[in-house]
Amino acid sequence: MIFETAFWLPIGIMAPLLAALCTFLAPQRMSPLVTMIGAGITFVAVGFLSASLVRNGPARHTVGGWGAPLGIDLAVDGLAALMLMLTAVVGAAVALYAYGYFNFSGHGEETKRRYASFWPLWLFLWSALNALFLSRDVFNLYVTLELVSFAAVALTALAGKPDVLRAAMRYLLVSLVGSLFYLMGVAYLYGEFGVLDIDQLKKTVTATPSLAAAAALMTVGLMMKTALFPLHFWLPPAHANAIAPVSALLSALVVKGSFYILLRAWLEIFYPLSHTGAPYLLTGLGGAAILWGSLQAIRQVRLKLLIAYSTVAQIGYLFLLTPLLFVKEQSPIALSGIVCFILAHAGAKAAAFLSAGAIQLVTGDDRISSLRGLMQMQPLAVVAFGAAGVSLAALPPSGGFIAKWFMLHAALAHGDRLVAAIIVVGGLLAAIYVMRVVAPLFRQPDDAVLHRLTLAPKTMTLTALGLAVLALLLSFAGIPVMEMLSIGAVGILGIE
Amino acid sequence: MDWESSLPLLLFLSSFAPGLVIFFLEEEAHTTRTVLNLFGALLKLALLAIMVPGLLERKVYETRLPLLPEIDLVLRADSLSVLFIVLSASLWLVTTIYAIGYLEYSPNRSRFFGFFSLCVSSTMGIALAGNPLTFLIFYEMLTICTYPLVVHRGTPQAMHGGRVYLAYTLSGGVVLLIGVIGLYVLAGPVEFVDGGALDAIGAQSPEALRWLYPFFIVGFGVKAALVPLHGWLPRAMVAPAPVSALLHAVAVVKAGAFGIVRVIYDLYGINLAHALGLIDPLLIAAAITIVVGSLFALNQDDLKKRLAYSTVSQVSYIILGAATFGLFGAIGGLLHLVHQGVMKITLFFCAGNFAETLGIHKVSEMDGVGRRMPLTMAAFTIAALGMIGVPPTAGFISKWFLGVGSLQAQNDWVLGVLLTSSLLNAAYFLPILYRGWFKSQQGEWPEEHIYGRMETHWMLLFPPAVTGAFVLLLGLLANLPLGLLRWVEFLILLEYRL
Repeated sequence: MIFETAFWLPIGIMAPLLAALCTFLAPQRMSPLVTMIGAGITFVAVGFLSASLVRNGPARHTVGGWGAPLGIDLAVDGLAALMLMLTAVVGAAVALYAYGYFNFSGHGEETKRRYASFWPLWLFLWSALNALFLSRDVFNLYVTLELVSFAAVALTALAGKPDVLRAAMRYLLVSLVGSLFYLMGVAYLYGEFGVLDIDQLKKTVTATPSLAAAAALMTVGLMMKTALFPLHFWLPPAHANAIAPVSALLSALVVKGSFYILLRAWLEIFYPLSHTGAPYLLTGLGGAAILWGSLQAIRQVRLKLLIAYSTVAQIGYLFLLTPLLFVKEQSPIALSGIVCFILAHAGAKAAAFLSAGAIQLVTGDDRISSLRGLMQMQPLAVVAFGAAGVSLAALPPSGGFIAKWFMLHAALAHGDRLVAAIIVVGGLLAAIYVMRVVAPLFRQPDDAVLHRLTLAPKTMTLTALGLAVLALLLSFAGIPVMEMLSIGAVGILGIE
Repeated sequence: MDWESSLPLLLFLSSFAPGLVIFFLEEEAHTTRTVLNLFGALLKLALLAIMVPGLLERKVYETRLPLLPEIDLVLRADSLSVLFIVLSASLWLVTTIYAIGYLEYSPNRSRFFGFFSLCVSSTMGIALAGNPLTFLIFYEMLTICTYPLVVHRGTPQAMHGGRVYLAYTLSGGVVLLIGVIGLYVLAGPVEFVDGGALDAIGAQSPEALRWLYPFFIVGFGVKAALVPLHGWLPRAMVAPAPVSALLHAVAVVKAGAFGIVRVIYDLYGINLAHALGLIDPLLIAAAITIVVGSLFALNQDDLKKRLAYSTVSQVSYIILGAATFGLFGAIGGLLHLVHQGVMKITLFFCAGNFAETLGIHKVSEMDGVGRRMPLTMAAFTIAALGMIGVPPTAGFISKWFLGVGSLQAQNDWVLGVLLTSSLLNAAYFLPILYRGWFKSQQGEWPEEHIYGRMETHWMLLFPPAVTGAFVLLLGLLANLPLGLLRWVEFLILLEYRL
């Protein structure tokens, strides 16, 4: 039983959901404990799910015995399992950090009460993300997408300041419009092919105008939610103004959720359109995102805005190789590069936001100019940021480097020199914005300022450091990721 | 993984693991830190001592970790890497002693010694790298770990030096990345092989190899300070003296030069590189660097800056040797890889001693320093004479081989370059020696510290005394059986497939 994939599939979704409900029922001071128990169970479920996937191959579960096309089907393959594991690891680390963050002596009573809603919202988000990764039906995906968005918007608003409420409102509107586009695309698909299950769609799709309309609508909708340039405008204020643990969740996981659907949709539904200009358009937008996002990041004077613009830039890499996903020789390498990038970016970006949060608690503001000399005060947080920066700038040894190695290899082997050039220049620009933060940290401190600072709790700095080290250790992720992706044969290998 | 195949990994870990532990030590834990530092350095030498007998029997020690499909992370001790490792590991030991004496009572020690150990670990990785990707990984790791050392003081000048350093080296790293990945796309998984690994590709698509070559040379040339890519080196002089020693003799500059040697000998292979006409442009670049570096050095009053420009010039002797087709030139180049390290580290130790003991930073302040610090000045003198190439120092041996080699390769003009450079070396070193020994002291020293009866702290005095003695010994005993010269000859015969 414990090695039966189907047994663990619903637990991965239900455990965090039930824990979220329990946090409402239990007294408020118990919330962190309930969350930790729920997180623990989810963690175990995801672990066993992945282990049995490796042992037994991909699996499918029909909820309540009602199969496709009417019921709800859950399915797991290598790609989904990697996303589940990523969410579990980053999510659990962020939860530990949040515990230290909320108990920091500097917060007032009223603030602490508001922060208490973090726990159920986070569990709810986790449940929704897991459901998203496991759904095999374009309409169910719409539902999970909405759930993810609502949880994410509520989490953003948690900071409670006027700036963040405005940002959260904008985030909500963009999300709703994005979902609407997506839903219209689903309607086109259903109208033309009469099914919503991805595996059935995969067999029936042909390059018709309706498919093209569906592709256009769904891609635009998901682009909005993933914040691909030029639809990224909502992201920097939302990610920069949220509290640090939330920023980490938004940048590391939430944008990856909508990208995951986009990736699957193109690989498994829209592939008959691969010879059109659409994949190249995505490449172009990805390249523009890298350049524009990096240049904006370099210009920022606030630390968290810099990190948020870095996310805008890094999202570009996810789209850069879209055409190569449909080229037989390059497809596995390109896909491995993209997935490695998702993992490395999640670890590194979460670490960057978490260490920024720790530093921000210490300095009291998040201007880059206040960072001077903090290496002496908060060495762990600084090293965490530095290590995360190594991965963001794709310098070895790091997961970011391995991801870019795959991408560069695929691009050059296919002769796309321009794409390779953008990857390389993007790395240098990233090094520049990372150094804008790191350099002042090494400066001689201003003693008068340092002595009145209080230190951030070790739980915070250590979780940030842990995630950053993870991003570095992902140097060795190349082969495991490729092997996982071969389970269930995601991508064009599964089509033929 | 059995014991023998884990030796290269242990060689890396012997400084990496202590480095990680040191980061978490309290500032006040002097003894623990010192013990860890010295333990790592000595363990590394012990591991080498275990490997050397096997290497003499042509055994190859290799650690492989799966990294990417078909490309492993390969750490392999072959004859060329051992040359670099022996140099780095021995110099690291003396530099560690020196650094403890120099810095153990200033702020941020744990950070300093942590990154210091990581730097040496990266250098081990570079030396042991068995394929271009592994090389690239450790080469970039070295860049990252050196930055905190360059900016260690945290002053505006230090920050500026660090910024320039990163701008140069990261750009160089990107150029190298393009070269390496281009090579893998072209040739599939390649590894370094004695005598070259690209013969088949060379016959098939020589044009592509010609295209890739400049990427490697520029990528490595930045760290090797080939003119005009040398701008970072004099600016990085703001770092503390042990860091300068590390940059110039043990790790960074050496890593660049070693990379060029690897590419020419073990990637392209000297025969292929010669046949493709790739070594002559490099020879010209090296010759220009040798002369221009020395010319710049003439005008520097700041002692460390003068030494920095001298490094620019001297490191290119290694490249000159590698770019000379013929046994003698090649031997001279590799000998200079070791000789330059030993000589330059001595000079930097001495410069550090002058600064730390008497507050002397400028050549013009050195009048009469020989009477106050005779041992330091003696070590400085030996090393400076070595740089000029005066017999019987080590520098003479390498210049002799380079000179003969260039005649043998019918590059007579290179002999002119060597002579000019020696004259210039004399022109910027002899005035220092003259001031130190023969002029009398003028007024007070800028900032004098007294260390008991000795001229300076023993931990500062011991390292240059040892390395200074080695400058002489390497020259006097060059022809000993089992000596450096024998090893280099053995190696070059392998590279030339003779």
